[in-house]
Amino acid sequence: MMQTNTIPIAIDEQPWVLPNKGIVGMWCLIAAEAAIFLIFVTAYLFYLGKSLTGPTPAQVLELPIVGTICLLSSSITVHMAVAALRKGNIRGCTLGLGGTVALASAFLVTTAQEWHHLIYDFGLTIRTNLFGTTYYSLVGLHATHVIVGLLLLIAAFFFSLSGRVTEHHAERLEVLSLYWHFVDAVWVVVFLVVYVIGR
Amino acid sequence: MATSTTGLEAIDVTAPPTQPPGPSLIYQWLTTVDHKKIGLMYIVYALLFLVVAGIEAMIMRVQLAVPNNHAVSPQVFNQLFTMHGTTMIFFVAVPVLFGFGNYLIPLMIGARDMAFPRLNAFSFWISAFGGLLLYLSYFAGSGLYGAGAAPDVGWFAYAPLTAKVFSPGHSSDYWTLSVLLSGIGTTGTAINIVATAFCMRCKGMTLMRMPLLVWLFVVASCMVFAAVSPLTAAQIMLCLDRYLGSHFFDTQAGGSAVLWMHFFWIFGHPEVYILILPTFAFVNEIIPVFSRKAIFGYPAMVAASVAIGFVSLSVWAHHMFTIGLGPAGNTFFVFATMVVSVPTGIKMFNWLATIWGGKVIYRVPMLFCVGFLFQFLIAGLTGIMLSAAPFDWQLSASYFVVAHFHYVIVGGILFSLFGAFYYWYPKVTGRMMSETLGKWHFWMFVIGFHLTFDFMHIPGLLGMPRRIYTYEAGRGWELWNIIIGIGAIIQGVATLIFVYNLIYSYFRGPEAGPDPWDAWTLEWSTTSPPPDYNFAIEPSVSSARPLWDLKHPEDQDSRYE
Repeated sequence: MMQTNTIPIAIDEQPWVLPNKGIVGMWCLIAAEAAIFLIFVTAYLFYLGKSLTGPTPAQVLELPIVGTICLLSSSITVHMAVAALRKGNIRGCTLGLGGTVALASAFLVTTAQEWHHLIYDFGLTIRTNLFGTTYYSLVGLHATHVIVGLLLLIAAFFFSLSGRVTEHHAERLEVLSLYWHFVDAVWVVVFLVVYVIGR
Repeated sequence: MATSTTGLEAIDVTAPPTQPPGPSLIYQWLTTVDHKKIGLMYIVYALLFLVVAGIEAMIMRVQLAVPNNHAVSPQVFNQLFTMHGTTMIFFVAVPVLFGFGNYLIPLMIGARDMAFPRLNAFSFWISAFGGLLLYLSYFAGSGLYGAGAAPDVGWFAYAPLTAKVFSPGHSSDYWTLSVLLSGIGTTGTAINIVATAFCMRCKGMTLMRMPLLVWLFVVASCMVFAAVSPLTAAQIMLCLDRYLGSHFFDTQAGGSAVLWMHFFWIFGHPEVYILILPTFAFVNEIIPVFSRKAIFGYPAMVAASVAIGFVSLSVWAHHMFTIGLGPAGNTFFVFATMVVSVPTGIKMFNWLATIWGGKVIYRVPMLFCVGFLFQFLIAGLTGIMLSAAPFDWQLSASYFVVAHFHYVIVGGILFSLFGAFYYWYPKVTGRMMSETLGKWHFWMFVIGFHLTFDFMHIPGLLGMPRRIYTYEAGRGWELWNIIIGIGAIIQGVATLIFVYNLIYSYFRGPEAGPDPWDAWTLEWSTTSPPPDYNFAIEPSVSSARPLWDLKHPEDQDSRYE
């Protein structure tokens, strides 16, 4: 009764603009990841003070000030990288990405030091008690996300360094920066839950 | 317009001979990122698992048909109900629905493919690998020495049953890892669906002109983010417990078994809605076409779907009334559960209002949708009964509950799914399914379904607990279990007719043409089966029923918007 391909072509009145799929996809991923973190945070809060043996958070945890400053400022540098790329400033973008990589690595080093300190000086492992279980899994889950983001940032940094990044990639870099902001926001929550409320 | 079409068709015609047939065909399917091929692989893989999990159900019915039966051992029975439940939810229902979504959503919104084709392929293969891993447990579940063992901890795997102490060997590892993989695949596809619906729509297709099917898949996908992720988190915790010796669910070290229940049901109940919303989506497309009327209350349908999505995230603990939530918790979850029935009722009335006054054509897809309406209503009513905490205390973990959720899953989800198969099969294959076989399938399935699941409520009321391996004579359960078994056999035969129909019609079915149902959404404007590129020219729409506008230029929908 009807032929195929007869849907008429648009008689353009206004341009048809749709959101960027990378950004929408990343927001979806962030929603899913946020739910995962929410469950781990819930478990952490639920098990606060329920450990049958020591050590307790108050005995062993110290505020990770340096790491926190590094990670939070890396959000600023990645934002600067995207902003520079938008304006076509490739050099600024490379610098911003390099700074982000350095700051993220510094954060991971402080986490590694903290874990080394906890494991070798206080004998706290994931098996020790409920605090160890929930602490290492929550902080470890966040650190895993930092590592994934760091690998992507390193890739972007080298692409930028070798001159393969152009202004057209600004939206793609923005997807990565969105992820990175999320990782930072999660750290704010982890910091509050583990080091402020939980201590 | 015509020239570009012939141009693309010419490419289409000349392309195949350059590649040798045989191995390259397998290679094409293994490496494809085409949403139609991936959708079909999802569906075929789910159908295979449907048969496997159906056979498991049959064996359980044989075992329970008469008292004091020893057809299978208690250990095997535990494995059977675990594998049946896990397979049906994670490796049948989710993949088959996402398969339909994959196939239909780009076609319905006039797009070439999903937003992230490679993510799509990844999601499919990771889910498929999860299903295979689950069944590998039959050969390797206890480790490499000796015979394998399937998981036997129940589909919700309550702690501390899954702890190393109570579940030695690797059978529970297979369960947790395969469910984890399935969860990753599901999340990936959900991301893809949302991004596709928001970013790939053709010109003129505003959100309120999107086919309702796409809307419902979007809502279901958003629920995946909120509901499947907690399951993924809980599986990570269980893995940490089993592999690294952490204590999340280790009651000996202060861990909480109830926490697992919460985490599981935060996933488990919304999951039911993740499954039912896509089937609502099928009904939303089929009922209007076979009633020859536009859907009644499109905005109300969208609003009700979103409302179901939100409310269903706060009802999970109605699975846990018997553990003692306290009066405040009980009251909250009783009311939250009952509130879900309000938007669901809105949908029910909208479907009835769509049929009301329409020229109803009772072809097979419509028959299944009518069956869906009746059965889903009854399933909803027993759901409201069970949502009252005192009633639930009495009947929790009895066959009444089993009957209730099978009424939802078989009577609701499966019926609408069958309708979707008959409705979209011509689009996928270019051939119609046999109407006669379809009617045999429908009526036998209806009879078998009602024999099994209507009568399953009764032993539940008489106190028969779920998951028991066998029972003594003289409790008044014998007759009901026999009837349930007979119904199961009839359903099995009906399913075989369906599978036969799928295969037979592929070779012998009459040619369908692009639009056999005289329908209104975009997928019917392209050829059947659709070409790789879906649409030679990007369509452009000006109402929710673009093909209606095209067929009735004198009375276009766009005039009323």
